[in-house]
Amino acid sequence: MTGFETEFTPLMSLAGGVLIGLSAVFLMFLQGRIMGATGILSGLVTGTTPGDRGWRAAMVAGMIAGPLLVLAVTGQMPAVDVPVSWPMILIGGFSVGVGVTYGSGCTSGHGVCGNARLSPRSMVATVTFMITCGVTVYVIRHVMGG
Amino acid sequence: MRLMSAFLVGLVFGVGIAISGMINPAKVLNFFDITGTWDPSLIFVMGGALVTTFVGYRFVLRRDKPMIEERFQLPTARDIDARLIGGAAVFGIGWGIAGFCPGAAVPALGSGKVEVAGFVAALLAGLWVARLIQAKQADRRAVA
Repeated sequence: MTGFETEFTPLMSLAGGVLIGLSAVFLMFLQGRIMGATGILSGLVTGTTPGDRGWRAAMVAGMIAGPLLVLAVTGQMPAVDVPVSWPMILIGGFSVGVGVTYGSGCTSGHGVCGNARLSPRSMVATVTFMITCGVTVYVIRHVMGG
Repeated sequence: MRLMSAFLVGLVFGVGIAISGMINPAKVLNFFDITGTWDPSLIFVMGGALVTTFVGYRFVLRRDKPMIEERFQLPTARDIDARLIGGAAVFGIGWGIAGFCPGAAVPALGSGKVEVAGFVAALLAGLWVARLIQAKQADRRAVA
């Protein structure tokens, strides 16, 4: 399966990255926690107390409201193009769920927060998932398909 | 206070994911497709997020405690083991197959696309199954 071109957007990507970083700093300032999507979802699925589930659900609601706010301000929903088949969506999703549980984090927890704390675990995890992701994309697009 | 602040933190994160392009699997997969339809935008997302967090944490973690909790809850694990590397490797493979990581998929639900809901459902299923297996293994270790 080959992809299609997407526009190079350095300024918007940088601005978005800064906002992602600010949300991580805010969460540490307010609640003293790492901003990790894995940890937040995981606690929502296996959470123990209603209070603990409550703030996680509120945060997930805020995340989902993000693109809707962009829509309200700019009049345009940000593009979400899924260029893969349904079996790949489901296999990919399940693999991500298993992987982030064993790996204790994902792009936000390890990639942003952990690396910002100079955690050796996060650096190893980040290098590992960046490499396996790149190899997977290469194999699917240029070895199997293309 | 706790709910409101969590919602706002999520909102800032969600807007960041949305305008940065991380929300778009086509863009994410192109970032990794260096020999094909390469789009280097995500370097700017990671760079902006990392530098902001690095600098912000320096100030925040100097405080005695966070605003609305009694103490900071920072990860304490230090081992670089097969579980960490294997898990990260499997995550990367899944990311490369579907183009979504967890932090991008959740805000993408706001687009209302059924593919995103399918991905998140599969993600939660994987998370739940892995937790179940981990809990079983912990039980067995406790008995033995």
